Amino acid sequence: MLRYIARRVIQMIGVLFALSLLIFVWLRMLPGGTVSAMLGERATPERAAQLRKTLGLDQPLPVQYWKFLTNAVRGDFGVSSQVAAGTDAMRVFLDRLPATIELTGFAIVLALVTAIPLGYLAAKRRGGIFDGLGILVSLVGVAVPVFFLAVILKQFFAVDWHLLPVAGRQSPELDATRVTGFFIFDGLITREYDAAWDAVKHLILPAIALATIPFAVIFRITRASVLDVLDEDFIRTAEAKGLKPGTIRTRHVLRNAMLPVVTTIGLQVGGLLTGAVLTETVFSIPGLGDAMKVGFETRDYSVVQVLIIMAALTYVLINLLVDIAYAYIDPRVRIR
Amino acid sequence: MQSSRKVSALAVASVAALVLSGCAESKRDESGTSGSSGSTSNATMTFAAAGAPKTFDPFYATDGESFRPARQMFEGLVDFKPGTADLTPGLATSWNPSSDGKTWTFKLRTGVKFSDGTPFNADAVCKNFERMDKQNEAGQTAASYWNDNMGGFNKSKTDLYQGCTAKGEDSVELKLLRPTSKFPALLGLPAWSMQSPTALEKYKANDVKAQGDGITQSEYASKYPTGTGPFKFESYDVQNKTVTLVRNDDYHGEKAKVAKLVFKIIPDGTSRKQALLAGDVDGYDLPNPVDWASLKSAGMNLMVRPAFNILYLGLNPTKNPALKDLKVRQALYYAINRDQLVKTQLPEGATVATQWYPKTVDGYSDAVQQYKYDPEKAKSLLKEAGQSNLSIDLWYPSEVTRPYMPDPQKIFQAVKADWEKVGVKVNTVTKPWAGGYTDGTSNGASPAFSIGWTGDYNTPDNFLANFFIGKQMGVTSYPWGAQLQKEITDADSIVDAGQRTAAYKKLSEKLMKDYMPGLPISNSPPAIVFGKNISGIVASPLTAEDFSTAVKK
Repeated sequence: MLRYIARRVIQMIGVLFALSLLIFVWLRMLPGGTVSAMLGERATPERAAQLRKTLGLDQPLPVQYWKFLTNAVRGDFGVSSQVAAGTDAMRVFLDRLPATIELTGFAIVLALVTAIPLGYLAAKRRGGIFDGLGILVSLVGVAVPVFFLAVILKQFFAVDWHLLPVAGRQSPELDATRVTGFFIFDGLITREYDAAWDAVKHLILPAIALATIPFAVIFRITRASVLDVLDEDFIRTAEAKGLKPGTIRTRHVLRNAMLPVVTTIGLQVGGLLTGAVLTETVFSIPGLGDAMKVGFETRDYSVVQVLIIMAALTYVLINLLVDIAYAYIDPRVRIR
Repeated sequence: MQSSRKVSALAVASVAALVLSGCAESKRDESGTSGSSGSTSNATMTFAAAGAPKTFDPFYATDGESFRPARQMFEGLVDFKPGTADLTPGLATSWNPSSDGKTWTFKLRTGVKFSDGTPFNADAVCKNFERMDKQNEAGQTAASYWNDNMGGFNKSKTDLYQGCTAKGEDSVELKLLRPTSKFPALLGLPAWSMQSPTALEKYKANDVKAQGDGITQSEYASKYPTGTGPFKFESYDVQNKTVTLVRNDDYHGEKAKVAKLVFKIIPDGTSRKQALLAGDVDGYDLPNPVDWASLKSAGMNLMVRPAFNILYLGLNPTKNPALKDLKVRQALYYAINRDQLVKTQLPEGATVATQWYPKTVDGYSDAVQQYKYDPEKAKSLLKEAGQSNLSIDLWYPSEVTRPYMPDPQKIFQAVKADWEKVGVKVNTVTKPWAGGYTDGTSNGASPAFSIGWTGDYNTPDNFLANFFIGKQMGVTSYPWGAQLQKEITDADSIVDAGQRTAAYKKLSEKLMKDYMPGLPISNSPPAIVFGKNISGIVASPLTAEDFSTAVKK
């Protein structure tokens, strides 16, 4: 088992190494670069050359890469030039991670608590008005671009009706205490409930925008899956036996219908991170998506590199854990 | 049935939550209200910023988002009169040059203290200048404004700064390498702000290093910026993207009217506008000209600044030899219907540029050669030059807006259409601003391109030296290139103000008649907008608004 784990860890390191090389070269092949982003209209060839020299960007690419790699191994991914100028790139990642987790977590919970019951209801009342309406809403949900929906939501709920805030994570005048960076959680543990509630209010519109697609997909899968199960003989048997509707619903229908839904949820979580780039931009939430966007636009190599590498690291680590779990359960995997 | 009841209950609960949140919001608005109009209040003014400040140490700052908070916390020896680019006393009450223009004596304001209690005096001024001049390699790279304006560090042979001597408590002497029109105007820029020598030393302000692809900041720059201004630094909440400044109750002048000034960073332009309309913020800078009318009709307090910028078409003959001929460059200028362009593509208040700096700059000439729209003349000039089939690459940036160029693509299309009308074939080249555009244009890789400049202070040199001393317009490849560069430096060095203005006027006329290295297009007024409840702010052509005079009702 240990040998298997060691082999997988070495593979993982290889993957990360190859990825780092790929990103490093690719970023530097893009037109422009850090120097022109930093200098703007003030860019004279002399100033640009001076900055390139100071930053070591005048050295051959392999030398630059070697420097980057040896520093990265020690956890030093360099310093942000634009996204959070002068701040350690790893710090930028850590500072922004909670915002993205909070947003995507809120969105997926919102999608689940609405899509599963509504999908179930739609299936139960197949062909009815509710079912038709549900299908229409889910179709619109998939078809409408996230940013468009976000702009509309903001216009009505924030600008016209003043019900919710337009942008950001929390009203600055609250002067809330920061502990973990998860604003709702921080508000609860420091008993600053108004700050926690304020953070929730800031999340409502972006989470609705971000949850729309997962809602639509999960709604449809739930509906289809419940329909399949409802047609099964054992449901008829259960009804004929006179079981309570509640028991049939939870023990028989939902439990059996949930399998494809759970698989879909897994896929949707991955998609949420992509959606977060747009949502964070439109709602000015300083999360990872926003950092990635600004990082690319301004050629902040350090930040883009750390974001991609950390995303890849998370991905390969999860895979590794899953594989180890499989190997633990099924010994045949270990000798493959 | 049971389930549908639950769904209805959920819906009711959601609506109730939204309504309650609305109530909470209104309550918060009321609590921020201040009854006072002229005196100080406990109000908080929230201003939406388009980006995060890159540093709080103004000496290393280069971007508007860093300048804005810096201007509220720091003061320089000289200041600009509200609403103009003219000089007025700052921390110095008066200043005088020696007869050779190389030594400047500043009389200092007395009784002023930095917000950490350190006294402001001649010694503090000299410590500031010595600190600015003494930079390590990374510091020299980061200190763009010093680099561009002073030309060197550590009292080197090219360094304009050659020393500072305290003459008692309230008088200081600055020695320069040569006389220059920049003095003392540039001392009003945030880069030359006076900072507490105690804090600079204690928090190692000069400790900047190149690391990876960026430059690290000192502890001073990120946490302890200390000036003499009406506001002082409180916090930068990275995770909420807000910068908070509070009133400096020991300020030597009139105290700030609001107690707190918060900069809320909202990078998305539409969101900034929506945040203002929703009452979440009290103002934001550079509203898109297409929104001006709707903001005004919503009752917002939109202020249009006097135009202190220029949009021009750069030309570079090294990339297209046909441009070497003055007739070709003149033809391209005659071919552009600038009146039409200004009227249709630029905001209200924009004017046609007839020369290389705006009218408010000393040295502006009313006697420059005019190039009224004349496509026929353009055609005949091209014919005379043997360039009736001229083909040119015209560059424009794909994704930015600049104060002098609110919509680069539309401006490009207008110029392209005009040039095509006189038979010039225009090849489109578009690149992202930081994705090759500024790189390419500053290196002289583009034969024709749209770019511009917003003045830092009121001297022609701040415009001309930036345009023509560099590779951007391939000036040195013209037979008169070196001569033009010498004329720019010579005019800058004239000590007598009257003679200097006359020299610049003459140079401006020559630039438009004999040299014509590029094509000035327009001067556009940028705007700044505040909510209905904010008054007392004077819009500045240098975007140097003082927020301490803001009153929140």
